[in-house]
Amino acid sequence: MQELANIFIKSIFIDNMVFAYFLGMCSYLAISKTVKTSVGMGLAVIFVLSITVPINYLLVNYVLDKGALVWLGDEFKDIDLSFLSFIMFIAVIASMVQLVEMIVEKFSPALYSSLGVFLPLIAVNCAILGGSLFMQIKNFSGVSESAVYGFGSGIGWFLAIVAIAAIREKMAYSNVPAPLRGLGITFIITGLMAIGFMSFMGIKL
Amino acid sequence: MGKNSLFSKKNKSLLTDPLDDNNPVTVQVLGICSALAITVQLKPAVVMALSVIFVMCVANVVVSLMRNFIPSRIRIIVQLVVIASLVIIVDEVLKAYVYDVSKELSVFVGLIITNCIIMGRLEAFALANSPWESFLDGLGNAFGYGWILIAVAFFRELLGAGTLYGYPVLEKLGVYELGYENNGMMILPPMALVTVGVIIWIQRMRNQKLIETN
Repeated sequence: MQELANIFIKSIFIDNMVFAYFLGMCSYLAISKTVKTSVGMGLAVIFVLSITVPINYLLVNYVLDKGALVWLGDEFKDIDLSFLSFIMFIAVIASMVQLVEMIVEKFSPALYSSLGVFLPLIAVNCAILGGSLFMQIKNFSGVSESAVYGFGSGIGWFLAIVAIAAIREKMAYSNVPAPLRGLGITFIITGLMAIGFMSFMGIKL
Repeated sequence: MGKNSLFSKKNKSLLTDPLDDNNPVTVQVLGICSALAITVQLKPAVVMALSVIFVMCVANVVVSLMRNFIPSRIRIIVQLVVIASLVIIVDEVLKAYVYDVSKELSVFVGLIITNCIIMGRLEAFALANSPWESFLDGLGNAFGYGWILIAVAFFRELLGAGTLYGYPVLEKLGVYELGYENNGMMILPPMALVTVGVIIWIQRMRNQKLIETN
């Protein structure tokens, strides 16, 4: 339990997707103009990350890694399919996003219309693929840990995008130098926020 | 197609526009993720830029060749498969020939797949244009991405570690004896964002028509 809590806190604050690894920056910059849309996007990311990371974990450990296919029989123990991991991850993510989109549309039209275009966009959000790739590197010891990691990373991303959206809404009233307006100032503010988030690095878990 | 039309005015602008007026990183806001994470030193940045140039050009040509056969409903997954296969090739080549750089880039080689520049150009250009034009468009955009990457890495490595491509420039110049110290801050992730912010600032000061209203 302690272990899970550690992974959770670590993936939200210390290994924050946006501030420590710059993942999902494209949609982070493009969709953070208002708080409302960024909440929708953030929720969609949490949702998809917490589903795809554990699925890809199972895929790595039971299909792709060297010796992972041993459950099929002894003659499979030398097969190493890990070079296929990129293409398998992206296929899982694209199909999960499609599936999630259909389910949400069927059972919760209200949520569907509020998430709108963000769901399909998520398939190409680097944070999602990044979550799976980091999961592969981190060598988690169980599905639950990878699920917690996925969920935590999603929350970290959600926090980041909602925070920047709130700042940008306020900033509409401030006098930013003309060439810096829009993209430039957003970059610099994100940099400052990242410096703030670096203070979490001191936490020993 | 004659030789003249290969480098007509339109084709030339396909190649040069993305370098400045329509730069993928600073104007179209695509492919930021990887542009920031791997710019601590020049070497990984150069390797990344070359990888993206390769993937981008080949993917653009392949998708452009197939553009009349891809049903539009499943085009995204077709594009992803094309890109992912190319990235696997790049990844295996890097692991075989420059293992240390490949270790340093870690997941970011894989993340070329979701690099929005590539998807964006496939969607916006290769699906509607001939292979040669798509090739030029890919080359131009990949260069536009590459030069930003290398510019950011140049400043971060020079100011942060005092070296360029691993060569200790500042030490050879003897600036340390004058009391200069490396700015360790530049190596940390946040400064990548600020560096790109400053590049955008300078670019828009020079090129007023890019200024946003808010």
